[in-house]
Amino acid sequence: MGLTRLIANRIAFGLITLIVITLLISLALEALPGDFAEQRLGQSATPETIAAIRAQLGLNEPILVRYWQWLSNFLQGDMGISLSNSRPVSELLATRLGNTLFLAGASAIVAVPLALFLGILAALYRESLLDKLISTSTLAAISLPEFFIGYILVALFAVNWQIFPAISSISDNMTLGEKIYASLLPIATLTFVIVAHMMRMTRAAIINLMQSPFIEMATLKGLKRGRIVVHHALPNALSPIINVIVLNLAYLVVGVVVVEVVFIYPGLGLLMVDSVTSRDLPIVQACILIFGATYISLNMLADILSIISNPRLRHPR
Amino acid sequence: MRFWLSLKRAGLPAHIGIIVIVLFAFAAVFAPWLAPYGESEVVDAVPWATPEESGTLLGLDQLGRDLYSRVLFGARNTIALAMGITILAFFMGMTAGFFAAVVGRWVDLLLSRLVDIIMAFPTLFFALIALSIFGTSIPVLVFVIATLDSTRVYRIARALAMDTNVMEYVEVARLRGEGLWWIMRREILPNTLTPLLAEFGLRFCFVFLFISSLSFLGIGIQPPAADWGAMVRENGVAITYGIFTPLVPAAAIATLTIAVNLVVDWFLRKTAGLREEY
Repeated sequence: MGLTRLIANRIAFGLITLIVITLLISLALEALPGDFAEQRLGQSATPETIAAIRAQLGLNEPILVRYWQWLSNFLQGDMGISLSNSRPVSELLATRLGNTLFLAGASAIVAVPLALFLGILAALYRESLLDKLISTSTLAAISLPEFFIGYILVALFAVNWQIFPAISSISDNMTLGEKIYASLLPIATLTFVIVAHMMRMTRAAIINLMQSPFIEMATLKGLKRGRIVVHHALPNALSPIINVIVLNLAYLVVGVVVVEVVFIYPGLGLLMVDSVTSRDLPIVQACILIFGATYISLNMLADILSIISNPRLRHPR
Repeated sequence: MRFWLSLKRAGLPAHIGIIVIVLFAFAAVFAPWLAPYGESEVVDAVPWATPEESGTLLGLDQLGRDLYSRVLFGARNTIALAMGITILAFFMGMTAGFFAAVVGRWVDLLLSRLVDIIMAFPTLFFALIALSIFGTSIPVLVFVIATLDSTRVYRIARALAMDTNVMEYVEVARLRGEGLWWIMRREILPNTLTPLLAEFGLRFCFVFLFISSLSFLGIGIQPPAADWGAMVRENGVAITYGIFTPLVPAAAIATLTIAVNLVVDWFLRKTAGLREEY
């Protein structure tokens, strides 16, 4: 199979996944008892007003037609209207999305280099005290729920020492410095979680690599350790490391939801959780689509990059 | 006898893990007798009263209920629910996985593609969709999480069954004229059980953490039932006032997860050489 064909296949699978999931949401909404019209009108629902709203929202069309309308509207930026306060969803989402991107981006900038550095260090000095220390602490860290780490940081830095705010209130007219200060604890929490996962994966990938026959050959040939690492291991480590980075960025998409709730950070995740509680489905639908599309594209990117950087994957058996 | 011997040689981490699990199980089973107050009994209408003020072990929660009693009842609810979900997920995943491996052809293809799609999307988001549509009740929670988790079990069960399916004794059973159910239950199951058991521990951890996270987000187990994740959510604000007791249920979650991990680690080392690096 050619390279382009392989990549096209992978992209097609990503798109199909996204379509199946959005279709599932639409189908499930269909099965709901009651409908949008009744929910939106609440107390003032009479048969006539319900019929009027249904016609206005196009709820009388068949499901596939409505799915198509929703999808094409969504792609044009029209995400429907919130059930709870009748404002356009896109308006509610705009600032929230920016805040979430800021939080996730800042965490990634800190976490990625740190995790790679620690992971490679632990792998190169395997079975040393340093490795054991790093491995044990990361095993503990991935067993902890995100909110536990978040609250411990709050207890230490916001209550005990009172250095950073416990609740991150972000607004548009803050400078970058103020924003970073206000969201330092959520960034630290996310970084902690991501570093633990990413470090373990990096360590495993490098150890796996160092055990491969060509490294053993280089060692037996009498090459210096530095030369083995730089000339033999690193070019081959590129593919697994890219994979680790992108997969963990995808994990960031999920982790951000819980962390935003801990710090009441005004991002997309908090909005989504609040909307699930109040069953404001248009918002949930839009949030899921944004988060889901990001997650799926990142995973897709990981696969494509590793196909490009590792020629062996181009010829599966 | 041999079991006790290998247990004795398991090493310190596994022993700590086992002791913690037994303690938690004890607390869960005997919660009504161990707890000084009822699950939702209001001791004193002082929110977040300290242990000294209220004369209780850990103080009171946001509605003036005894935190220690609620931690005990929380053990009961959370662990029982996680256990039930994991068992259901294994039942579904193993049945589907064995079925796909033994029957093969289009059944295998269809099930595997379906699982691929579910696994390409974060579990949390699937759960959020389902819970926002069907509302948050225990049956919905159980069914949704079990279904999502069974996809992971399916992958492993299918791979293991594929290997077993080509063995001579399975072929003999097939030639003898045994039915599909017999082959799945009497030929495949006993020969894939050990690795699946280790996986059970890991899946339990995952489900347990997942329920706690959902409850923490306010869409898991609903009040007034005590649940560790929900308790952290309800009392989280108190931390900013310098009251650290809400960290107790969170620490309980962490302790149990680590303990199960330690035991699984030992079990994997014992049965199949070294544990995978990740």
